[in-house]
Amino acid sequence: MKKITYREAIREALREAMQKDRRVFLMGEDVGRYGGAYACSKGLLEEFGPERVRDTPLSEGTFVGAGIGAALGGMRPIVEVMTVNFSLLALDQIVNNAATLRHMSGGQFSVPLVIRMATGAGRQVAAQHSHSLEGWYAHVPGIRVLAPATVTDAKGMLLSAAFREPDPVIIFEHAFLYPLEGEIDETIDPVDLEKAAVRRQGSDITLITYGGSLWKCIEAADRLASIGIDAEVLDLRVLRPLDTETIFASVAKTHRAVIVDEMWRTGSFAAEISARIMEGAFYDLDGPVARVCSAEVPIPYAKHLEEAALPQVDTIVKTAQEMVQSHG
Amino acid sequence: MAEFLMPILGADMRSATLVEWKKKPGDPVEKGEILAEVETDKGVIEVENFTDGVLEKILVETGTEVPVGTPLAIIREEGAPAAPISTEIPRPVPPRPKTISPVIPPTIRLSETGRIRISPLARKRAESLGVDLMKVKGSGPGGAITREDVEQAAAGKPAVEKAPVDRTFGLPPLDRTARMRHAIAAAMARSKREIPHYYLQTTVDLHRAMTWLAEENQKRSVPDRLLYGVLLIKAVALALREVPELNAVWKEGKVVQSEAIHVGVAISLRQGGLVAPALHNADRLDLDTLMRQFRDLVQRARSGSLRSSEFSDPTITITSLGEQGVEGIYPIIYPPQVAIVGFGKIVERPWVVEGKVIPRRVITVSLAGDHRVTDGHRGGLFLSAVDRLLQEPRRL
Amino acid sequence: MTTLPGRDHARTLLRQMLRIRRFEEKSAELYTKGKIRGFLHLYIGEEAVAVGAMQALTSEDAVVATYREHGHALARGMAMGPLMAELYGKANGCSRGRGGSMHFYDAGRRFYGGYAIVGEGLPVAVGLALADQMQKRSAITACFFGDGAVAEGEFHESLNLAALWKLPVLFLCENNLYAMGTALHRHQSQIDIAHKAEAYGIANTAVDGMDVLAVKEATRRAVEFIRVGGGPFLLETRTYRFRAHSMYDPELYRAKEEVEAWKQRDPIVTFTARLQKEGQLDETDLKKMEAAVDAEVAEAVAFAEAGPWEPVEDLTKDVTSPRAEE
Repeated sequence: MKKITYREAIREALREAMQKDRRVFLMGEDVGRYGGAYACSKGLLEEFGPERVRDTPLSEGTFVGAGIGAALGGMRPIVEVMTVNFSLLALDQIVNNAATLRHMSGGQFSVPLVIRMATGAGRQVAAQHSHSLEGWYAHVPGIRVLAPATVTDAKGMLLSAAFREPDPVIIFEHAFLYPLEGEIDETIDPVDLEKAAVRRQGSDITLITYGGSLWKCIEAADRLASIGIDAEVLDLRVLRPLDTETIFASVAKTHRAVIVDEMWRTGSFAAEISARIMEGAFYDLDGPVARVCSAEVPIPYAKHLEEAALPQVDTIVKTAQEMVQSHG
Repeated sequence: MAEFLMPILGADMRSATLVEWKKKPGDPVEKGEILAEVETDKGVIEVENFTDGVLEKILVETGTEVPVGTPLAIIREEGAPAAPISTEIPRPVPPRPKTISPVIPPTIRLSETGRIRISPLARKRAESLGVDLMKVKGSGPGGAITREDVEQAAAGKPAVEKAPVDRTFGLPPLDRTARMRHAIAAAMARSKREIPHYYLQTTVDLHRAMTWLAEENQKRSVPDRLLYGVLLIKAVALALREVPELNAVWKEGKVVQSEAIHVGVAISLRQGGLVAPALHNADRLDLDTLMRQFRDLVQRARSGSLRSSEFSDPTITITSLGEQGVEGIYPIIYPPQVAIVGFGKIVERPWVVEGKVIPRRVITVSLAGDHRVTDGHRGGLFLSAVDRLLQEPRRL
Repeated sequence: MTTLPGRDHARTLLRQMLRIRRFEEKSAELYTKGKIRGFLHLYIGEEAVAVGAMQALTSEDAVVATYREHGHALARGMAMGPLMAELYGKANGCSRGRGGSMHFYDAGRRFYGGYAIVGEGLPVAVGLALADQMQKRSAITACFFGDGAVAEGEFHESLNLAALWKLPVLFLCENNLYAMGTALHRHQSQIDIAHKAEAYGIANTAVDGMDVLAVKEATRRAVEFIRVGGGPFLLETRTYRFRAHSMYDPELYRAKEEVEAWKQRDPIVTFTARLQKEGQLDETDLKKMEAAVDAEVAEAVAFAEAGPWEPVEDLTKDVTSPRAEE
């Protein structure tokens, strides 16, 4: 075991993928000379050369589309779209092309493309740089949507996506996680891209979350423990296809669920999870499912306003506590 | 003979009006030629002919609006003799694919704690109608109780007979009342059969404890206030440290003392029956924690979400019937435990303090002990320890 | 004027154009009868472009087309039956009934399909060329798009990226003068489309898209330029669509006289006349050729009629790979 950061874990996965498979290459804005906006690809240009670490112009739609074309042409591109905010310029390629080509061609083509992007708020970069739109992408059949929250998942999921996944994969990396440190095996195997993970066992209530909010939920669970509430924390990991089995099993155990999601409440991914629980585990519930989401506001710049807009540990604790007390 | 149709030009086109015929009956017509113009919602569109021949007959006059697919004219194909044809045309039949296989119902999970599966509305109805849920048989998914079941029960009709299909999925019907009664019966019969009980009783002055409690609660917000019950629990737990023989279980013919003090608290359920789950390490918890955990335990006991360990862990049980107005209890030990403590209600009694008779709030504490394990002597020491501890509430 | 190729090849060109014309005329008829639904964009009038351009490509090259791609698919060598079956939505269609008129695919012929959002095929073509370049293959990618796509950001971004990385892409603009119903001069500030390539340092030329030989020759030169490492090329073909944009279109945006004037330059009529004039085709040959094409179309219709419907049980097939199917 060694301790590395989330961004180093990504870099290790990128390096390993390129070392082991000649078809893998990186493409995106500032992935080369700059080293990646979040330094995930730092040093890789020197190691692999400009042929395989490609700086692109600021043309999100086109370099994502080129990734699709290259994947169709036999390569395994890993495209970095700096942040989910910029991915809106590539929505057409992702939704209309990447997600549909396999199906529309009657199974003739597959698009083994990995698209990485940073997501989330909390760094005082204002509304245009603070989106959480994972649910938009998870809405679309034909793509796999991942949200690694741990160092091991950051590396393992990227490796799995690059080596094993025949379909387009979008990996959401919460920008807050890049400096996160964690223990990781020297040689980590690719991880499964199917199941949610119970990160903390508990029996009174389930906190369901993914990505950057996982750590808030863990902290909230610790605080809940100190007041006698035993919270289970469930990390969804894979937003599409959704592992409802693990969600239902947890709810059947605790009978209460709070979903923590940085998307805005209206139409959030949490809304989908809540609906799934209604459909599949209604009679296991002691009370209505609750959600802790972002306030309905473009994420503001000022620190206190931004904090107020986002799910916080306090809110999670309060919501969970109220639920346990009012739905004993 | 071929038909010249009002064309289908898009899913958003339902009908059109014939504006002009470019040919008249008897005219030769060619493939690709425009024979008519029709007015659609989008504008005038020329209608193309796909058959070489002669325009035999016009079926729709100008100014008439007809649905798409309607024959507008008959064209006699090249070389074909003139003859009448039916104007009835078969409508294109849309493909009728096989139906999708029915949705498989979700797996039914029944909690082993016997949690009641019930819809929130049904629960609310049951409360307002005063229906005992333990007596209602559910007809919903996995035996869930529905609003109808509750209303049927309130009307005195058995809900199950109404249920047309067996939706229990082969599982035995969940009659919790009977099951719990059966379990209590077995445990109590065994206790009375096997355990030689002795009973001790004493009356404890609660003046100091209640005064202290009132002062303490002044400092707390309403939801954080302590109930006197936790003082009793804590006193019992601490007294057990002094008389540890009572904090034990009888296993395979011998007594096994427990290091940890897990106090079981008997909780009667609204639906009938009772459970006595453990407050773990009650001697080591401060009063506030004990209070929270006690509240939580009661809530979860009533909602049926206790953990199995909470059922099996108690090393002694406390039962109180004070709320029911009972003054003294002769409780039955819950095997394999070896003692049980009972509390009656708090009553004001004349009490002699320093030679004077004054009214005091007192409570009757009783102990049932397993004579195989302890004697009245140890039991007496235990009760006096409880008394002494309750006189120093701030040390609890 | 271009010189005629050998007799056989000239006839092949004519037959290819005729196949597209007859296939689409039949499609239009079947559409009015409700056999074919959805959108149906006909290529009639533009046949010389697809047929001429495809002559310059090898089987290793990749093709990316638009939603008006029946002609490209046929000219690329896809069999008529599966194309008609696809229009019907049948399981024996080239996309198993999942795509319809706008989404023909053929992996074996490197035909990467019809793209139905204007401009979105260009980045994909750039990527295909990138894959070929990185894998040291000599293949090029031919990317067809209309004049409407030139207004999209992806056109400019794709030209820029292809030029930056010297990718082997033939950008082939089929300028039919209308972006749906909006005339070129109403949607472009600079109507010389080929000229736009200058801004990206991309070699370019414009050619008469109604002349199959001219298109063929221009494409051959462009492809040659690309193959020797010259980087991408923008070829503008000036053509015209005789039919409505799609079926339900009263063509309010253009004059009948304009359409008639362009029909005088019908690529099939003019090429047939030229072959006849130069003694390469007599009336009997033409009748034979037409009969053969009609028979092929009839067979394609029969193939489509006889085709099975995809079972609804397979509704979600091929959404993702079998392993990951939900």
